[in-house]
Amino acid sequence: MTKGKVVLKLDDDISTDIIYPGRFMATVLPTETPQFAFADDKEFNQALKDQKVPPGSFIVAGDNFGCGSSREQAASCIKGYEITVIARNFARIFLQNSINVGLQMIICPKIEAGMNDELEVGDEEVLNLTSGQSFAIEPLPKARQAIIDAGGLIPYTRRLLIERGV
Amino acid sequence: MGMTYVQKLLARACGKKKIAVGDILELPVDLAMSHENAALVINQFKDIFQGTGRDARVWDPQRIAIIFDHRVPAESSKTATNHKKTREFVAQQGISKFHDVRGDVGGICHQILPENGYVRPGQVLVGTDSHTTTHGALGAFAFGIGATEMAAVWALGSILNVEAPGTIKVVVNGELPPSVYPKDLILHLVGLLSAEGANFKVIEFHGEVIRNMTTSGRLVLCNMAVEAGATAGVVPPDDETIRYLREEAGVKDELDLFTADADAVYDRVVEIDANVLDPQIACPHTVDNVKSISGLVGKKINQIVVGSCTNGRLDDIEIVARTLKGKHVAEGTRMLVFPASWRIYSEALEAGYLRDLIKAGAVVCNPGCGPCLGIHQGALGDNEVALATTNRNFKGRMGNPGAEVYLCSPAVAAASALSGVISDPREVH
Repeated sequence: MTKGKVVLKLDDDISTDIIYPGRFMATVLPTETPQFAFADDKEFNQALKDQKVPPGSFIVAGDNFGCGSSREQAASCIKGYEITVIARNFARIFLQNSINVGLQMIICPKIEAGMNDELEVGDEEVLNLTSGQSFAIEPLPKARQAIIDAGGLIPYTRRLLIERGV
Repeated sequence: MGMTYVQKLLARACGKKKIAVGDILELPVDLAMSHENAALVINQFKDIFQGTGRDARVWDPQRIAIIFDHRVPAESSKTATNHKKTREFVAQQGISKFHDVRGDVGGICHQILPENGYVRPGQVLVGTDSHTTTHGALGAFAFGIGATEMAAVWALGSILNVEAPGTIKVVVNGELPPSVYPKDLILHLVGLLSAEGANFKVIEFHGEVIRNMTTSGRLVLCNMAVEAGATAGVVPPDDETIRYLREEAGVKDELDLFTADADAVYDRVVEIDANVLDPQIACPHTVDNVKSISGLVGKKINQIVVGSCTNGRLDDIEIVARTLKGKHVAEGTRMLVFPASWRIYSEALEAGYLRDLIKAGAVVCNPGCGPCLGIHQGALGDNEVALATTNRNFKGRMGNPGAEVYLCSPAVAAASALSGVISDPREVH
C-alpha cells in the first residue's frame, strides 16, 4: 500500500511535448532530465525543482497519457521525482518506456480524483481517501510485469544476456 | 480463419503457423533505427553490459541504422558533443548504415530508410522515433520504441514481449478529388478514429485509392497512423511497392511478398469514400481535432512550414513550387521549406522548384526535423499561428506553448502562403 496526494491533475491526450518539451531533447541522461519535467507548466516545474513535491505523490490523468513522441525523457523525468502516474490508459510507447525505466504507473480506467486528494494504492484498486470512492486497477500483462519485477529493462536484459550466453 | 497482413508477417518472423491477437512474442529484428537519441541508446546499451564481464558489442552492425536529423547541423555544443560520441560509437562498432550531417547522404530518417532501400516488405523494423510507422508503407511491420528498449535490441537482436496487435482495416474507395491529397485522407482518418482510437493496434490500408497511390503518398498515411495511436500502419505490398523498391530505392535482391488473407479477422473495418473528401485541417492542440477547411478559410497565418518526414518529398515540394511560381508569399507571412532528404533537395534544385520557392519569398532550410518539433529553427513567437504540413500540433510543439499550429496538406499550405490566411486550394488557380 502506498499513500500520497494528487499533485497534478491532467486531461486526456497529454502529449510527451507537454511532459518533456522537444527543445530539451538534447538532454538525455535520466540523471539530468528531471529538471525539464513539465517545463511549460512553470509553477509545477518549479515546485518539482524546489523539492516541494514529495516522492510517492500522484499525477492523475485521463485517457492516452504520454501520446506522441517516443522520447524516453518523458518517463525518466517523472521517475526522477519518484512520482506515480495514474491514468485511465496510456499511449503504447510511453507505457513501455515507463516499464523499462522503472517509472511507477497505474492503469485505472475509471479513476476520479481532484487536486490534493489523498489516494491509497493497493494491489487491485486505488482508494480515493478524500472522496471515499475506490477504482479498480487494470493489471499489466505478465510479460511486462516480469520487467518491472527485475527492476527495469536493463537488469532484465543483462540477465537474459548471461542466460543465453549471447 | 485467415490472418491479417501483420499476423502473417509475425508468424513468418517467429517461425509459427498461426498468430493470435494478444500472443506475447519475441521478434527477431531486421532493422533497428535511431537518430540523435542514439546518444541515450549508447548510454543504456553500455549499462546493460556492466558487470557481465563481456565487451559491449552490438548484435549485428549491418542491421543498425543511425541518422542525424533532429538537430542538424548541430545547434548547440551539447548536440555537437552527442553527435561526436555517436560517431565514435559507430566507428568502433562498425555500424554500416550511418548517415551523418552530409549533403550527399543526409536527411530525415524516415526518408533515408526508404530511399536507400533499407526497408523491405516483411521486415520487423524498430526505431527510436514514434513516426517509425512510416515504413509500413513498404510492407514492413515498423514501430517506435524508447531508447532503453533499443539498447536491449542492440544487445539481443530481438525485441522482447511484443503483444501481437489487433488490426483496423481501412478501405478507401473512389478517387481523391483534385486538390485533395493523402494528407487530407490521413487527417480525416485520425479525426474519425481519435488520437487513441487505434492504440495498440495496426491500421492496414486497402481500397482502390491506396492501390492507385504512389509510395510517396503511402508514406504519408503510415507516417501519421501513430497519430491515431496505432502501433503501426501498413500497406500490403503490391506492384507499386515493387516499382518503388526497384526504381527509386535501388533494391535488387529478391523480395518476400505476401498479403493479408481474404478471410482475415479485423477488430474493425472503416470504409472511407474518397470522392466526397475536402481538404482537411487539424486544429490546435491535438491532431484529432480535424475539420473540413471551409470553416477555417480566412484565418491569419504568421508562418507556413512545408516539409518533415510527413510531407517533405519531391511531389510535395512540386505542388508548392508550382503554386508559388512567379508569385509571392503574402506580406506578414513567413514561409519555411525543408525537404525530407538531400536527395530530394538536389532533385528539387535541378527541377527549379527551390529557385521558384526562393523567388516567391520562401526560406529553404536544410533537410531535418528541427522546425516540426521546435528544436532547431523556425520557432514561433507568442500568440503566433503556424500552418504546417508536419504531423503534430501539440501545445508547445513548435517551440512555444503560447503559439498555435494547424496541420494541412502541401496544397493548402501553398494556397495559404499566397494570401497569408488559410485558403482553399480548389479556389486558387
